[in-house]
Amino acid sequence: MIDMLRCNEYIFAESLEQAYELNQKKNNKIIAGNAWVKMGSKQWGKAIDLSRLGLDRIEETEEEFIIGAMTPLREIEKHAGLNDYTSGAIYESVRHIVGTQFRNTVTVGGSIYGRFGFSDVLTIFLALDSYVELYKGGIIPLKEYALMPYDRDILVNLRVKRTALRVAYDSFRNQSTDFPVLTCATSLAGDRLRVAIGARPSKARLVEVEYDRDRLDQVIDSFNFGTNMRASAEYRKHLAMVLLTRTIDKITDDIRE
Amino acid sequence: MEIKLWLNGKLIKDEVEPDTPMLEYLRSKGCYSVKRGCETSNCGLCTVWLEGKPILSCTMPLMRADGKHITTLEGLQDEAKEFGGFMADEGADQCGFCNIGFIMNVLAMPRELENPTDDEIKEYLAGNLCRCTGYMSQMRAIKRYIAFKQGAEQGGESNEG
Repeated sequence: MIDMLRCNEYIFAESLEQAYELNQKKNNKIIAGNAWVKMGSKQWGKAIDLSRLGLDRIEETEEEFIIGAMTPLREIEKHAGLNDYTSGAIYESVRHIVGTQFRNTVTVGGSIYGRFGFSDVLTIFLALDSYVELYKGGIIPLKEYALMPYDRDILVNLRVKRTALRVAYDSFRNQSTDFPVLTCATSLAGDRLRVAIGARPSKARLVEVEYDRDRLDQVIDSFNFGTNMRASAEYRKHLAMVLLTRTIDKITDDIRE
Repeated sequence: MEIKLWLNGKLIKDEVEPDTPMLEYLRSKGCYSVKRGCETSNCGLCTVWLEGKPILSCTMPLMRADGKHITTLEGLQDEAKEFGGFMADEGADQCGFCNIGFIMNVLAMPRELENPTDDEIKEYLAGNLCRCTGYMSQMRAIKRYIAFKQGAEQGGESNEG
């Protein structure tokens, strides 16, 4: 039996309201990039496709970037405005994810909604001043959304405020294109340090502290690390300090430049 | 469900099951170049183009291609044959199983990247796994192919022998 999406009907939503109504039934499922859903064996009632709602583009205003939920990862990877604002951290965060074809296929919304433990995407956006726009739930900080249980609202856009900050991203993989062993995104706005660490192996978490270069070990101590087939908790904790130091170096070098 | 799409430039109107995988559909239409490899969206073997961009046909729902253009290797015969010559010259073609997805992605690359560096080539093709070649021969073939194409554009000689 091959891995594939299984559904009785495939519906192109004509409006967010229609998609929301359809999505209230537990047997229906919104399909984003389908990379994760297809790995399951569940027979869904209706597959709900948002791809005709104009959510596959990035809007840039003076205040923020508005990234549609159906925007492929490849588009944020190549987006000049996002990468200029983040000094290439967005590019760095997604370029290791499988391959070009994969990143043309999967979406920002699928990654953020999924809040996957392995997610590079959740990690980088947690370190930025990011918000999710939900159809019914309104606009809420991504750091809150990351902790919320899965619900049946619809993720419409990811909004990234152009807050003045420096950000850097690093990750470690045992092998190219594999899931990461650890991900780390660090940003500095004034003396406010935001550190997001993911693939611990649980999902990325954000810690915000006042920046003190001599107390980075305390930042790392505030995260929990676990063991799985890719690495032990001890190894991950060691890696976390390495990646945090590298990202801090990158940010502070940027400032010096 | 009804679906209408262009496969290698030819308009097709069809009736399909709503969950028909794109990969299996393309094979049912005679595009046997498209193959299923890893089952986990990782190997790149099933690469086709949707609206000119390389995607994974094992993953993309067929219905999402409604009203769009799909290109498989069967629609790129001349370019594939041309690049295949460089692969053969460099011994970059061993068991051959990964070739199809690899060639689809190589042919997509110059449409997106101009004069790619070695690192850019490696990054663009990271999603095409090969378990025979070690990638060195493929890299040589790509670089010779790109040089040949640039030479041809500038009125140079063709690749004979």
